Amino acid sequence: MAINIILFGQLSEIAGSSLSLKNVTDTDNLVKELHNLYPALSDAKYVIAINKKMVTENTAITENSTVALLPPFSGG
Amino acid sequence: MDNSQIYERYQRQMILKGFGESGQQKLLHAKVLVIGAGGLGCPVLQYIAAAGVGTIGIVDDDIVALNNLHRQVLYSVSDIGLLKAETAARTLRKVNPEIKIIPYNERLTTENAFRIIENFEIVIDGTDNFSSRYMINDACVLLNKPLIYGAVSQFEGQVSVFNVPEHGSKAAVNYRDLFPDPPKENEVANCAEAGVLGVLPGIIGTMMANETIKLITGIGESLANQLLTYDALTNKVYQINLSARKETRSLIPRNQAEFLETDYVSVCSSASTESEIDPDTFDSLIEKGGVDVIDIREAHELPEADEFLNIKIPLAQLEDNSDLIKSDTVIAFCQTGKRSLQATRILSGIFGDKKKIYSLRGGILEWKKQKQ
Repeated sequence: MAINIILFGQLSEIAGSSLSLKNVTDTDNLVKELHNLYPALSDAKYVIAINKKMVTENTAITENSTVALLPPFSGG
Repeated sequence: MDNSQIYERYQRQMILKGFGESGQQKLLHAKVLVIGAGGLGCPVLQYIAAAGVGTIGIVDDDIVALNNLHRQVLYSVSDIGLLKAETAARTLRKVNPEIKIIPYNERLTTENAFRIIENFEIVIDGTDNFSSRYMINDACVLLNKPLIYGAVSQFEGQVSVFNVPEHGSKAAVNYRDLFPDPPKENEVANCAEAGVLGVLPGIIGTMMANETIKLITGIGESLANQLLTYDALTNKVYQINLSARKETRSLIPRNQAEFLETDYVSVCSSASTESEIDPDTFDSLIEKGGVDVIDIREAHELPEADEFLNIKIPLAQLEDNSDLIKSDTVIAFCQTGKRSLQATRILSGIFGDKKKIYSLRGGILEWKKQKQ
């Protein structure tokens, strides 16, 4: 199964603004996989949203879901 | 102002369905505090003052600089060197002399935050750094004040409304639900380092003003419990539903006493501040001699620092060019004192304790402010 991942702000400079991953079943899984592929992401802070809903703990990801990774911005 | 004058000035919004005279009265009685009169603060202030928000506080201790003018649209060339809060207040009074504008020419700190925020009903965060953002969030949670949040980076911006329960729900989210802990200083670049398209804070700031007006008048759907992101390059808007985290409350000081004890500046900074020196110390070290002053900014960055001798080595080339540094005392400086802290870590890695290494706190901007 494939899931779509979109990245915002400076996260997109690390991993591109979107990518697709297979064999990911939950958010813990996804984070581990992303940090393996893009080690610089493990130093970054971001909030995860599945299908536009923020998740706060490990959450199952179903096929064709869109997962967004949003970092904090400080600028004003 | 009598009713006919009110109608004369605000008629184009008073004739809106659902807004009316009662909406206008709500605005005229509202008290809104804008923290940071920069890229976000300027459009927020412009629109809430024009719309007739009755009492507006402006907190900023910064002065207007030429490189502000591409996005901080309340200021002119003749304002360079003047205090932002006071200058903004003067401009806004010309736009709307009927409302009360209170400038606070000071930086928001844990000491003054409660005293200032308590006088207002809604707080707008237009600051440009994480330590202020976390401090403002925590103060607003403790004082139970709605917080209109906006932030920008390069071409993207975020907007949200915190501490306001979404319609039909009891729970209100705040900034720490979104991002529990502040990032370390080097994790996220700020505008000075990463750049920002001038129109972007204009768009995000205008959205913040819109959220403020909606919240006061009760029209429409607010961004409470939502985070909106906007990409100026693609015009894409992405909006997510926020949820509270169980641990959030434990991250926020329990009361004002604990708040006063919280060191927001070093929470957001990974460096020890011992190596930082203030402009006076900087001058006296230079006077003593035997000092290499390093400008670690990129070649194109302004203002120029030609008041004292310095060696120009951009941060990224520091490691390769450390042989240019001969003296036993080294002072790095940049625009605001952030990157120069990074430089002190790099230099400490190279020279160990063979040299004394310092960073100019507040950067060249603070030095110029104090010395000119």
